[in-house]
Amino acid sequence: MPPAPAKAALGPVRRAFSPWNDPDAVPLIRFENVTKKYGDFTAIDNLTLNIYEREFFALLGPSGCGKTTLMRMLAGFDEPTEGRVILAGQDLVGVPPYRRPVNMMFQSYALFPHMSVADNIAFGLKQANVPRAERDERVKEMLRLVKLEKFGARKPHQLSGGQRQRVALARSLALKPKVLLLDEPLGALDKKLREETQFELTDLQVTLGMTFLIVTHDQEEAMTVADRIAVMNQGEIIQVATPGEIYEQPSSRYVADFIGDVNIIPAKVAEADGQAIRLASAWTEGPIEIATSVPTSPGADAWVALRPEKVKIALQPPAPGTANVLAGEVWDIGYLGDLSIYRVKLSSGEIVKAQVSNATRLVERPITWEDKVWLTWAPEQAVLLTN
Amino acid sequence: MNKGLSRFNVVSLTLGFAFLYIPIVILVIYSFNASRLVTVWGGWSTQWYVALFNNQQLLDAAWVTARVAFLSATVATVLGTMAAIALVRHGRFRGRTLFSGLVYAPLVMPEVITGLSLLLLFVAMGVARGFWTVTLAHVTFAMCYVAIVVQSRLLSFDRSLEEAAQDLGATPTKTFFVITLPIIAPAVISGWMLAFTLSLDDLVIASFTTGPGATTLPMRIYSSVRLGVTPEINAVCTILIGIVTFVVIVVSIATKRAQDQKDRAERLAEQGGGAFAANAG
Repeated sequence: MPPAPAKAALGPVRRAFSPWNDPDAVPLIRFENVTKKYGDFTAIDNLTLNIYEREFFALLGPSGCGKTTLMRMLAGFDEPTEGRVILAGQDLVGVPPYRRPVNMMFQSYALFPHMSVADNIAFGLKQANVPRAERDERVKEMLRLVKLEKFGARKPHQLSGGQRQRVALARSLALKPKVLLLDEPLGALDKKLREETQFELTDLQVTLGMTFLIVTHDQEEAMTVADRIAVMNQGEIIQVATPGEIYEQPSSRYVADFIGDVNIIPAKVAEADGQAIRLASAWTEGPIEIATSVPTSPGADAWVALRPEKVKIALQPPAPGTANVLAGEVWDIGYLGDLSIYRVKLSSGEIVKAQVSNATRLVERPITWEDKVWLTWAPEQAVLLTN
Repeated sequence: MNKGLSRFNVVSLTLGFAFLYIPIVILVIYSFNASRLVTVWGGWSTQWYVALFNNQQLLDAAWVTARVAFLSATVATVLGTMAAIALVRHGRFRGRTLFSGLVYAPLVMPEVITGLSLLLLFVAMGVARGFWTVTLAHVTFAMCYVAIVVQSRLLSFDRSLEEAAQDLGATPTKTFFVITLPIIAPAVISGWMLAFTLSLDDLVIASFTTGPGATTLPMRIYSSVRLGVTPEINAVCTILIGIVTFVVIVVSIATKRAQDQKDRAERLAEQGGGAFAANAG
């Protein structure tokens, strides 16, 4: 393994990395029209997905959405009912798990309880008949990588949860697989340790230059670690995009709602000129304007997705004739320290959330319960959803 | 510890244990009886133990029993483990309910019926009855006990361990021997011990299925008792009790030690884990 580059070098690497935008790029992993059925139940429905080399890819969705099944099909524990799973040009269907050049880190860690930490890490190398000297060297290297040099002789039950997680990671990396699969890898850790480990995982992935595929139901985790996220629901991929795009440009109400907090305002398209759209909604005081080139036609149903942190809240009404205005009174306030979340009840009875960063201490009178408030946002800050 | 015991508890404990152990204690004491008459105490002596080791018939029977028990326990363990794996692992295959019912049936089947049916089978097949037929019969009924012990262990077995081994390049066969078997080994060993003791003290099935030259110890004891209990028999029984007690004590000490070690290790891990998290942060 090459020496780890300085941390400062990671930024440019990650910024410049976007093979999914390159039409000539050949994906490392390709799920091609994959369907998986268990009896009458369809776990995966005619799904096609490309994952590129050196990518940190996240499969995100609620439990039962098929994300784990998809990963297990790559590892070889499940076979697709139809379709192909291609890794580096080779169709993996029918290849048993022990002949696939991928390794998996299990949610339960699955450390062998009767073997020491070092033997756990050496297990894969032993199966591959790596000579003893090289094997010992690799085990040491892996222990160093996960900062567990002194723990090689311990048994798994003599380790804390965080340490076990590291051993599981070291074991799955020891064979230098083409793809590392991570099944809810941080689910068993407490919040603080989980957050630290998320950043360590990304660093590790860039340092090793490997392809990581993570399965998670935790949107924050997916956003933190992944280059791209596939949001899944009921065996289908709803959207594949970078964390930024997923958050700022969700393609559907499902994605907008699943990732982060969002207000979804039902509306009807009034006029569209190719660059901006005006909509009418029962919720707002006047019209809604959105800067978007999404093709729609007047009269069509649409939804406006508005993130709470994009909403400005004020005690005074805006100038008459302004678009994008909601009026109501403060129903509830969630004070989280760094920010406050205002739940505003509109005159129509709906609740809309607005988030205010408490960056400066308020000098003027703070907004409080039952205040009459006006919520506004700029036309480019809301997203138009048509499905 | 005594603090929590009321007078009632002390009395019921004493009565309970007396009920269980007085017959055994009397048997042990009378095995050291100098008198030839079982019911008359004639002072201490170890003469019946000496006589025992000169009683070729009893020694032969003991040797037959040991061989039968060892062999049948071993075969029953292999077959029972395989049956347990098939039942737990292969999900809902056709006839699974029937199959598991069939595995459990010998547990509730009266021994007389098991013995008689095996006898009929051996006669019908024209097999000469003797050492091998007893062994085979013991495999048949001991196997289901092994299957049950191993099955309950397998139900709590984390299958991702096997998947992890395969993921790391081990074939299914290798995975079984390197991962599954070592982890379920305690259950397999206790299954073996159960089968061994079951075979050791079986009288009914052995009586049905044995032939000339393959008399087991329980059969020999039973037939001598019919001619009158001799202190020699008391001596044999005392030795058997000694062996069983020894094994039970060894096993429970070993289990206790393993548990203590595990508890210590886990405490250590929690302390060490805290220190490590501090370092990492």
